[in-house]
Amino acid sequence: MTMQPATLTPADPGLSAAACAHCGAPVPPGAGRFCCAGCEGAAALISGLGLDAFYRRREAAAGAQKPTELPPVDWAARAVPGREGTHSLDLMLHGLTCGACVWLVEQALAAEPDVTRARASLTARRLSITWQGPAARAEALALLVARLGFQVAPWSAACLKAAEDGEGRALLRALGIAAFGATNVMMLSVAVWAGSDMGEATRALLHWLAALVALPVVLVAGLPFYRSAWAGLRAGRVNMDFAVSLGVLATTAMSLSEALRNGPYTWFDGATALLFLLLGGRVLDRAARQRARQAGAELLALQSAEVTRLAADGRAERLGAEAVRPGDRLLVAPGERLALDGVLEAGEALLDTASSTGESLPRRFAAGEALPAGAVNLGAAFTQLVTAAASEGSLAQLARLLSQAEQARGRYVAIADRAAAWYVPAVHAVALATFLGWWLWVGVSWQAALVPAVAALIVTCPCGLAIAVPAVQVVAVGALFRRGVLVTSATALERLAECDHAVLDKTGTLTLGAPALLPDPRRPAGALAAAAALAASSRHPLARALLRACPEAVPAMGVEEVPGAGLRRGRERLGSAAFCGLPGRADGLTLYWRKDETAAPIAFRFAERLRPDAAAAVAALHQLGLTTELLSGDAAPAVAEAATLLGIPDWRAGVTPAGKAARLTALLAEGRKPLMLGDGLNDAAALALAHASASPAGATDLAQTAADLVLRAEGLAALPAAIATARRAQAAARQNIGFSLIYNLVAVPAAVLGLVTPLIAALVMASSSLIVILNALKLGREATR
Amino acid sequence: MNVLTVLVPLALLLGLLALIFYVWTLRTGQYDDPDGAAARILFDEKE
Repeated sequence: MTMQPATLTPADPGLSAAACAHCGAPVPPGAGRFCCAGCEGAAALISGLGLDAFYRRREAAAGAQKPTELPPVDWAARAVPGREGTHSLDLMLHGLTCGACVWLVEQALAAEPDVTRARASLTARRLSITWQGPAARAEALALLVARLGFQVAPWSAACLKAAEDGEGRALLRALGIAAFGATNVMMLSVAVWAGSDMGEATRALLHWLAALVALPVVLVAGLPFYRSAWAGLRAGRVNMDFAVSLGVLATTAMSLSEALRNGPYTWFDGATALLFLLLGGRVLDRAARQRARQAGAELLALQSAEVTRLAADGRAERLGAEAVRPGDRLLVAPGERLALDGVLEAGEALLDTASSTGESLPRRFAAGEALPAGAVNLGAAFTQLVTAAASEGSLAQLARLLSQAEQARGRYVAIADRAAAWYVPAVHAVALATFLGWWLWVGVSWQAALVPAVAALIVTCPCGLAIAVPAVQVVAVGALFRRGVLVTSATALERLAECDHAVLDKTGTLTLGAPALLPDPRRPAGALAAAAALAASSRHPLARALLRACPEAVPAMGVEEVPGAGLRRGRERLGSAAFCGLPGRADGLTLYWRKDETAAPIAFRFAERLRPDAAAAVAALHQLGLTTELLSGDAAPAVAEAATLLGIPDWRAGVTPAGKAARLTALLAEGRKPLMLGDGLNDAAALALAHASASPAGATDLAQTAADLVLRAEGLAALPAAIATARRAQAAARQNIGFSLIYNLVAVPAAVLGLVTPLIAALVMASSSLIVILNALKLGREATR
Repeated sequence: MNVLTVLVPLALLLGLLALIFYVWTLRTGQYDDPDGAAARILFDEKE
């Protein structure tokens, strides 16, 4: 056998000027106005409902709205019965991108006579339908939405968890209360500041009115900070929230003491304004990550599926994988992903194990052999005997491993908390010294000594410092979100900026999932069409690739599939070398076709396609100063080739999932900060262990859960861009912290000397926050450029 | 100074009403779909 030259080729981007009239994707030449029958049907449906206005209003990306098949889910069982014979159903809609989509979906459903309510949420991508009639209508309604060109999935528990945001709501309520308090107390305070000729009794009245408003506000609106500070203390850590809590509470206590002795000023305005500013920063920070979390849950919901259980009497029923017990028999349809571990009951099965082991070619399994969860059935339907329930199987073990690794990563201390660890005690020491100095050394009353001490506390009270990092985070996470990068963890950007070594997975990460036919000028004319006609009846990845190369082929009738060997129709054969009469060859990604026994078999060679931007992305990683290595479960020749083509110096082949995790542990032990990029179940443990991790679009759900970043946009180019943004964000965060410290060098001595009045403190606090926020916004402009 | 006894409680009362109104909007889920709410204002009502 001859070694083939570079079997990996960059995929050709589609070259076509025309765009589909429905989904906007490129249309093959001569195909008319639509790219596929689905889009034509969707457009006919929309115009039949009189909703053509949709096309003038929407702002969806090209190709986002191709109609897809409805996932095989028991929709009727998901419908929830309501009052007076109504049912309702919640769906997750992927591709709901603009107001026009919301309008189209709601109008199309409203046109159904039995639908009483249809409401789509653009933020949560959730569609709630209520209709009068039986639960069985659910499937038809879901199908209607799918035919409009939206990918439909049942609204899962994960979606709900991401959308239901109790903590976010509590923050918003606290923000409103703090806004009320800050504005109204400020109204009273300004009267005191301006009214120098005010009588003592009037001033006392205003002080007590301010106290009346401020005390409940400080107690209620400050709760998010007090809780976090308390949690930090119990864990033996002094965090930024502790400084905030102490600052706010001390200011309030001092103001109360000033009101009691009717001093010149109270500081209630400072305490409430500080709470308002800090809560504003926190609400924004949360909203930015909430979006990313929701988008993540959306990607996962598209993968959730049900299984078909065969009851003892031979009946088939569909149910969620979590309800299956060991010993149950499951029917695995062609193309279905195995949700549970099990053994093959009888016959043979052809499974694509790419996501569980990283092998790029499918493998044959014999009866009695263990089938890994996560593999995809490429052959005929078979029966699987379940050996472990969902909560005990290999996927659950992996999930447990992930949560352990995540806990370890949760111990990573964010830069703001690292700064707080020494900054907070220093500030508190200064405040205490000020108090003791004025009281014992200068000799004023302890109430009067409290004023400069707390003034020092509030001007340092790390408004700038507490907003410094969140402001940068909000801007950077938002900029990345617009570029299709979902940041799900709070410290992900910090860790990403520190990475110095990239570990890359091959199958599905650097390569596209599907192989492509290589051109061969020596191939006789007509052979491709004839072979593709046979290939049309198989789900084998190579047969699929053959059909993709010749989409105009007419599927042949009466084709018989010989599992693990090939396809046969009369004397015509398409399959492995041995199947076509060429024993002793093993050419990897090659199919043979022969017309009959007398004709010489014709070879069709395939190549795994690299993602079009993989080489550029690797080069960009090198430019950012990261070293790279390729870590794959696939066979050595394929891995070596990919490494050579992409310019990756270091590669390892045939690595097991445990091996990947071990490699990451070794790198960490060497003191490196590895960034892991992977998509499969076999990468999940390594992803969770790595200093920072990312997974590309279309990765398995566990990999996405384990990764800090999900590259939602097609392609890898977003990863180097994300690293660059993360580094700029780190630089901006350090600048902001530095600025806050410099400003304290001026403000603290003034406060200690008793020169700071509440008015000055308010001005200083607002200006420092403003500068920090402007500096963060600058980052957003750079990141979008 | 008599004017204060009327105006200050009035100002605080108005502020408190605004706060109650805000909590009501929050409770009824009016901030759950900010993106959708922004687009919905442009829809033509058929009825």
